[in-house]
Amino acid sequence: MSETDFVSKHLIARHAGSALWLARYMERIENLARLLDVSKTFARDDESHRNWLSLLRINGDADAFFASNAIADATNVARFYLLDGDNPTSVQSAIRYARESARTLRALISTEMWLQINVFHGRIRALTEADISPEGVSGVCAMLKEGVQSHTGITEGTFYRDQCWHFYMMGRHIERADQITRLIDTKFNALMPKAADAAIDAGEWNELLRAAAGYHAYRREYPHGYRPPEVAGFLLLNTAFPRSAGLSLAQLDWHLTTLRSRYHLRGCTPALARLDELQSMLAAQTVEEILRRGLSQFLDWMQRELGALHNDIMTRLCGAPVAAEQEQAQS
Amino acid sequence: MGQDGVLAGYDPGALFCEMLRPGQPPDAALTLLHQRLGDLPIDSLRRRSADAERDLLERGITFTVYSDATAIDRILPFDLIPRVITAEEWHTLESGVTQRVRALNLFLHDIYHDGKILKDGVVPRELVLGNAAYCQAMVDFTPPQKTYVHVCGIDIIRDDSGRYLVLEDNARTPSGVAYVVENRHMTLRVLSDLMAKLRVRSVDEYGLRLHQAMAEIAPGGISDPQVVLLSPGIFNSAYFEHVFLAREMGVPLVEGQDLIVEGGAVWMRTTAGLAPVHTIYRRLNDDFLDPDAFRPDSQLGVRGLIDAWRRGAVSIANAVGTGVADDKAVYAYMPRIIRYYLGEDAILQNVDTRSCAEPEGLAYTLAHLHELVVKPVAESGGYGLLIGPHASHAELDEFREKLKANPANYISQPMIKLSVSPTLCDDGVKPRHIDLRPFAITGRDTWVLPGGLTRVALRAGSLVVNSSQGGGSKDTWVLE
Repeated sequence: MSETDFVSKHLIARHAGSALWLARYMERIENLARLLDVSKTFARDDESHRNWLSLLRINGDADAFFASNAIADATNVARFYLLDGDNPTSVQSAIRYARESARTLRALISTEMWLQINVFHGRIRALTEADISPEGVSGVCAMLKEGVQSHTGITEGTFYRDQCWHFYMMGRHIERADQITRLIDTKFNALMPKAADAAIDAGEWNELLRAAAGYHAYRREYPHGYRPPEVAGFLLLNTAFPRSAGLSLAQLDWHLTTLRSRYHLRGCTPALARLDELQSMLAAQTVEEILRRGLSQFLDWMQRELGALHNDIMTRLCGAPVAAEQEQAQS
Repeated sequence: MGQDGVLAGYDPGALFCEMLRPGQPPDAALTLLHQRLGDLPIDSLRRRSADAERDLLERGITFTVYSDATAIDRILPFDLIPRVITAEEWHTLESGVTQRVRALNLFLHDIYHDGKILKDGVVPRELVLGNAAYCQAMVDFTPPQKTYVHVCGIDIIRDDSGRYLVLEDNARTPSGVAYVVENRHMTLRVLSDLMAKLRVRSVDEYGLRLHQAMAEIAPGGISDPQVVLLSPGIFNSAYFEHVFLAREMGVPLVEGQDLIVEGGAVWMRTTAGLAPVHTIYRRLNDDFLDPDAFRPDSQLGVRGLIDAWRRGAVSIANAVGTGVADDKAVYAYMPRIIRYYLGEDAILQNVDTRSCAEPEGLAYTLAHLHELVVKPVAESGGYGLLIGPHASHAELDEFREKLKANPANYISQPMIKLSVSPTLCDDGVKPRHIDLRPFAITGRDTWVLPGGLTRVALRAGSLVVNSSQGGGSKDTWVLE
């Protein structure tokens, strides 16, 4: 039996979109937990609230946040991201959308996946003010990370790897690529001016790498210490690092190519062309060049292109109307 | 107390108990089951029951209750003590259900073609042609295999003498079959020791059989037809079941927006473009199926679907316009309908039913209101019905006025003392009233899922088993 014997089944376009969104929202919860955790650590001795402001700015949430909060302190920001169901970028909203996507897909995902999402949803919904005290936030972040990691593991072990899985995986990699650029952006500008004095900043580098789950691997690669180009290169380009932009793009490439060759989805073409451009831009420059030309601008460009890539997939493969999808992607 | 067996102190009194079966010949399997229940400490049953409830919630096996402006996700309470049907009883039920489904299909074909049964005066013409569910689009159209009711759920009760009676035919889009299978899985998860070595008929075949029937009715000449399940979407109260059936059949679960009629054929929107669809098992009411044919404001359906169906490009199950056959007023004629088409007596009797549209029926109902059950013909789910013996004077007076204002909307039936089954309640194991909804699938032939959905009225004395009215369900064991 050749492997093409298993690829005759059709996938409803709308379901492909739900699979992609399911993965994005679940990843988003893990990444938000990482960002909150690292910002909290950075902000420990910082009375200027600079770290909280930068977190809000990176997520594009400053306006929405200040519409209902006077100051960006630890409690307000934690409430905004962990408890506020009206905030579309909170974990409450993310798990609600994720569960809704999973409900739509329930005939396609495994029972174990559905069960875990459903229970995880209940756990997040049950969070209260008491859980997000300054001492409690780390525990909540750990719970969130673990919940998503369980989801990821169950998915790896039980999700049938047909078309639907490829769309799911594309959602994961788009979100990871997007989130790593945000994580770098949150901290990198803050670190850059002082970066010459490596000894002073060791702790902060430390936290940044830990937030990305890359600390020990980085130490092994660069035992001598921290240099901004090396940290940026590690997070952006190192395809051995699971959350690097480079690896996510390479994975995306594989999924899109497989969907086109094995499932004959012609709608992959625009997304593949855009991905090609993204990958070349990463490959054609050294990190030093990127830093010299402006890291922040480069990260912004990547985020915009990833958003456009998402839209290419949604509109050309998942049946989403062009205008509506753009609106949703921006929210 | 906590160490008492499940049946200690259980007393169904004069009611017919489906577990103890007083006066019936002994059965080895039942005796063994009684013994196991007797040995099972009630505390253990309670613990397992709590496990089962948490499991249902975690699995999201829920339905949605709508009242006024709110919608709440609830689990259908599951009572662990099974309802048992012997091989002999099942033979009666299975042949009775099959007979009824045959008659329903012949009746529908007749009333949408020559109308012989109306010409012969067996069923009043007005009752059929004037019925809100009578569908003009069906006239002179013959669906494949002449099958209209592909999935039928027939509600059956048992009276205090142990006689089975049909309460209602559900020929539109009957639901509940997912619970039959999930309840069995739950029993095997938390109470498998009760079933060990007992020969109980499996319920796992349903999805295969349904898919097979859907393939049989597909338009001719297609070797491997594409079947889809059409659902109103994730906010529908039966969505869990739609998911279940799509999975069990291995077919796409679609909404109206995923389908399109183009060039006379029906297509689904896939990642690779449009792909042909041959059979639609729809869980959407007639009214919403096609804005061209029915409600023009429906966003849930597929424009042009009915036309494509009539042209034979696609098959739809159940057919539209089947509601005229499960109407509560037509129900009263079912024994005569069976005799007319099949030349046989009904294997399963009706409950003695009076139509308030007829003056004698109305007069009798008004005079005996306190001892009757009165149902609106157009409602389902146990809404708007009166149980005379349980109603207060004020309620009776109020209902009398409603009845007089619109008599044609009501039928009345004597109150049947439904059979009971031991059921775990807050104050121990008590007798609670139950009914049964077997599910019949018809493509070329009819197949009945062994058992069916047993619903149980959890409140003491209550006769209303509907899930929307505080009912629960039980696993239904058909013994071999």
